Amino acid sequence: MAKQNPADRRYSREHEWAKDNGDGTITMGITDYAQEMLTDIVYVELPALGKKVKQGETIAVVESVKSVSDVYSPVSGEVIAVNGVLENKPELINQDAFGEGWIAKVRMDDPGELNNLLDATAYTSFLQDIGH
Amino acid sequence: MQRTPLYDRNLKLGARMIDFGGWEMPVRYTTVIDEHRTTREAAGLFDTCHMGEIDVTGPGSYAFLQRVLSRDLAGMTNGRMRLSLLTDHRGGIIDDLTVYRLGDDRYRLVTNAATKDKDLIWLRRVVQEEGFSGVEIADVTDRTGKLDLQGPRSAEILQSLVADSLSELKFYDFIETEIHGLGAVVSRSGYTGEDGFEVYVPAEAVGKVWDKLLDTGTPLGLKPAGLGARDTLRLEAGMMLYGNEINESVTPFEVVYGWTTDLKKDFIGSEALRKQKEQGIRRKLTGFELTGRGIARHGYAVLKNGRVIGEVTSGTFSPTLQKAIGMAFVLVEYSEPGTQVDIRIRDNRAEARVVPLPFYKRKIV
Repeated sequence: MAKQNPADRRYSREHEWAKDNGDGTITMGITDYAQEMLTDIVYVELPALGKKVKQGETIAVVESVKSVSDVYSPVSGEVIAVNGVLENKPELINQDAFGEGWIAKVRMDDPGELNNLLDATAYTSFLQDIGH
Repeated sequence: MQRTPLYDRNLKLGARMIDFGGWEMPVRYTTVIDEHRTTREAAGLFDTCHMGEIDVTGPGSYAFLQRVLSRDLAGMTNGRMRLSLLTDHRGGIIDDLTVYRLGDDRYRLVTNAATKDKDLIWLRRVVQEEGFSGVEIADVTDRTGKLDLQGPRSAEILQSLVADSLSELKFYDFIETEIHGLGAVVSRSGYTGEDGFEVYVPAEAVGKVWDKLLDTGTPLGLKPAGLGARDTLRLEAGMMLYGNEINESVTPFEVVYGWTTDLKKDFIGSEALRKQKEQGIRRKLTGFELTGRGIARHGYAVLKNGRVIGEVTSGTFSPTLQKAIGMAFVLVEYSEPGTQVDIRIRDNRAEARVVPLPFYKRKIV
């Protein structure tokens, strides 16, 4: 069973999370539901530092044995940090999607964009609606 | 979409189902890596009821099969099976299949799931166009249940269920035996690179046999395994997948099927293939491993000095070797093991090296 979705962050319908760091940046990753659907993550393609992304654009690629999945940026902005540990330990996303399995930090162009995302309660009921 | 007789059992076991050649099949029960390792180390049980079974019988069956199959069946005895190809007049591969010699005028073809209907149409057309007589062609897929039990502990697990001894059964031998009083065909064969068996029972009994195998095998480490693990296992073992490596525009000499193609006999396609063998091939299927970062997938371009020289047919992360591997068609001049190439992965180029197939060979103890 998927872990509970922490209340301290926002969620996209494409199963990314964004945690507001309170300094104009967010930390982002994929949700526990997403890692459970993917299983066996064996490769993560991280974005380059300084890459500019728009909300909803591909920021990273996560691959399981069988599948290749785009990860979309939950906000627009600039990539200021990536979780380099994932290069050698992609399974961290399976083990701790909301924590050590974070993917990138993004400096937001417009913090107002966070309002386009779901809160934990809304995301949890969204998952129930799609049958999980 | 079609469902196998094990559909309800698969759901109950928590399988994730996917469409495979028009069949709703389990892709995994736990995780691909878990099921892959389980099959290499203990045993995996696969629902392969989707595969096609076509019985070819009658006094004309031998002559007919000699005409349609690339493999020479001369000298084949009852209780033996062979891998063969169905080829068209240009030598293109209609299907890769196994032939079981059940009796003197009794053969069974075991085909890929997605190609079975096409094979049937082809076989019947040849009978008609070339005027073969004494040949009965029967599609027995629906009434045949099939399970693959694969892995080093397979023999031990299966032996407790079958009446006859399995220890005498050599690779590509089969026996007609009984499982719980029901007629069964058991061959020592498979699609994983491990020791193992393909088991055929009546469709209505396959659920019971599946349950019995899990009951007996679970304490020995057996787990159900899905198409995901089946794919990574076969790829490590250097085995081709119809639709990925092979299709009707591919000939046996371009892939690793020269050995199934007996040009000393005349069969449909032999003339074209003799000519191709003389003139040489332009592209060749090769194995590769990625030395750069990333995983190559079906359809990715293979490059040399920035020029496209081929295409990946299958690629994955190898659970056994812990690296990205795959097969690709490349121009024949780049097919020598050791050749350095690049593979285009999205916007990047990853370095790769041509390596011989298979990637994995089981230890024979």
